Amino acid sequence: MNLDFTEEQEMLRTSARDFLSTECPKTTVRELEESETGHSPELWQKMADLGWMGLVIPEEYDGMGMEFFDLIILLEEMGRNILPGPFFATVVLGALPILSAGTEEQKKEFLPKIACGEAVMTMALTEPSATYEASGVQLKAEAQGDNFVLNGTKLFVEMAHIADAMIVAARTKTGASPEEGITLFIVDGKSPGIKTEVMPTIGADRLCEVVFENVSVPKSRMLGELDKGWPIVARTLEQAAMAKSAEMLGGCEASLDMTTEYSKERVQYGRPIASFQVLQHYMANMLIYLETARNLIYEAAWMVSEGMPCTQLVASAKGWANEAYKFVTERGVQIHGAIGTTRDHDMGLYYRRALAADFAFGNTDYQREVVAKELGL
Amino acid sequence: MDYKFTPEQLALRKEFEEYALELMKDAPPGWGTSLEFQYSEIGWGFTRKVHKKLAEKGWLVRHWPKEYGGVNASIVDQLLFNMAMGYHRVPTGDAFGIGMIGPTLLAVGTEEQKQEHLPPIARAERYWCQGWSEPNAGSDLASLVTRAVRVGDEYIVNGQKTWTTNAHNADWIFMLTRTNPDEKRSRGLTFLLADMKSPGITVRPLVGMNGEHFFNEVYFDDVHVPARNRLGEENDGWRITRATMNFERSGIGAMAGARRGIDDLVAACKEIKQNGRTLADSPFVRHRLGQLMIEIDAGVALAYRVAWSQEKGDFLQSAHLASASKVYGTELSQRIANAACQIFGMYGQVAKSRWAVMDGRWQGDYQFIPGTNIYAGSSEIQRNIIATAGLGMPRTW
Repeated sequence: MNLDFTEEQEMLRTSARDFLSTECPKTTVRELEESETGHSPELWQKMADLGWMGLVIPEEYDGMGMEFFDLIILLEEMGRNILPGPFFATVVLGALPILSAGTEEQKKEFLPKIACGEAVMTMALTEPSATYEASGVQLKAEAQGDNFVLNGTKLFVEMAHIADAMIVAARTKTGASPEEGITLFIVDGKSPGIKTEVMPTIGADRLCEVVFENVSVPKSRMLGELDKGWPIVARTLEQAAMAKSAEMLGGCEASLDMTTEYSKERVQYGRPIASFQVLQHYMANMLIYLETARNLIYEAAWMVSEGMPCTQLVASAKGWANEAYKFVTERGVQIHGAIGTTRDHDMGLYYRRALAADFAFGNTDYQREVVAKELGL
Repeated sequence: MDYKFTPEQLALRKEFEEYALELMKDAPPGWGTSLEFQYSEIGWGFTRKVHKKLAEKGWLVRHWPKEYGGVNASIVDQLLFNMAMGYHRVPTGDAFGIGMIGPTLLAVGTEEQKQEHLPPIARAERYWCQGWSEPNAGSDLASLVTRAVRVGDEYIVNGQKTWTTNAHNADWIFMLTRTNPDEKRSRGLTFLLADMKSPGITVRPLVGMNGEHFFNEVYFDDVHVPARNRLGEENDGWRITRATMNFERSGIGAMAGARRGIDDLVAACKEIKQNGRTLADSPFVRHRLGQLMIEIDAGVALAYRVAWSQEKGDFLQSAHLASASKVYGTELSQRIANAACQIFGMYGQVAKSRWAVMDGRWQGDYQFIPGTNIYAGSSEIQRNIIATAGLGMPRTW
């Protein structure tokens, strides 16, 4: 057992924190919330220059060859700072599945482009049924010559409106179980027949509706095997749940820091409100949530990184991250008082993202059911 | 970061697990984890028998130095031991002798005191209780008033201690007394060790709401304590309470016990039918147990962190995180007991009888657990520690 970070990991954390606080202050976060695309190509290029998009991509594909757990540290810092844009979609939902299931040709085509910041990616999985279960995948793909033709609607697809390519989960067969008969395709985001519309959501994270109307995809763009795409999705969902949890952990840290600092400055009845025991106990509760979540997230993310079976622990970690982030931000708003409820205050940026993050890759109800199944119930 | 245990640690854990199962073969029916079982009339005989066996195996005081019967077990080894014993509900030893006065003696005792007291603790022959709380000194312990007056080679003690767990079975008591009444609060206190058979000591039971007896009041009426039984200097007793050595306080044992509770509940819910289907089929039950398992996983992860901070000697971090682990663990136990009672519907309230579910254990826990939120530093005191030591808030009480 060694629960310390390596020196390299500490350096990654420090440099990420420095970079994000300089290059992506809250003014930028707000500008990007209001902007048309929610994406800053300048910031994106600077991140690419630091090697972030290629962090977990092997060196042979122009990446840095680091581990999934290193990515967790970077994502924690991104969540701490609230980094808008397509990093999560590109790296977690795009690069990781290609890395694990792509052909050599696909890896050579996409990974270097992701690493250098040329390609924005995402995964189109969920549909209007709004479930992460395999049964939710109903978009049809039919073989026609050397192509497959896709018809259907995807919903809640992050950053689809600017994606150069998206990994689409499609139904190619009605199997004995919902998991059977799902095939993944890497689809060009500008393909004819794709219509994208951004949904207004609480986290301003550019979740999109993507309508596929006779969209043609070459067979060479099939990711993994025909009808056997679900295990790739399941693996990606576990990675994504931990990646999202890492962002949430960073958000919890920032919220608690912001709140304790404020409580030490804000004076009422002639003394800092931090001296009131009722508020001290609120903040102690925030710390308990934060530290339990932190350590559970690290443990589960480490298991994912090591490739160990960890379905139950991942579900617990995401479920607890959901509850922790909502609790910490809700108390954060309360302790800030009325100012914390305003659009202008940073506390609300985190409060809104806590709910958005809850829904991503399984809210707590979903995770409870996963845990119950794993317990043998 | 690496959560793996070494092959040696895994082998050790297996040994702990196997022996724990062996020890529990003779457990009385309905045996649980709580103090009421360990210290009650039914439980005390079994508790002592287990301690004897652990002592013979050399496992009772594993974290103590070799010369006093231990093996200098590392924090991680202790973590594994407490995890295995906690899961199997083994009474691992007298928390007051092995966990408190032993380590304190090791840190500040004279050689003579160590020789007199440590070997009988390590052999499970001498049991201790803790004379700290008084009727008017609970969380505010430093306001205690039990008086000790030096007369020649002795201290004459008068006063009352309370909430004294297991005093009815204990052979000795370690206590804080006021030797200088002119000094307020933590100054003027002296740490004494007294034989419970001393004339003038009276023990009266304080019965818990579930009818079990583990707390007591202890009265001191002109009790003569030899001055050689003073630990540290006169009026320096408060500092002595802070003296301790490296023993695992991550709370992992409680988490392992909680996990055992969930496993037992899952098994029961797969058996018990209500309205034609098993409880395991009810979405309400599945979600409640799923949620509790999530919370246990979170508690275990925090306990690992506390143990790791201790292993590294990072006491600043381990102190407030240990407080977090204590308050989280006892409050989680409360939620588990509540959920378990609810899951069984109206049967959740039934005590041991032919109508009881799971021996009526959960309604027993439901009554016992509020005490855990109060003893060993109440949840409010733990939150004060988290706020001041962990978050740098001013102390205003």
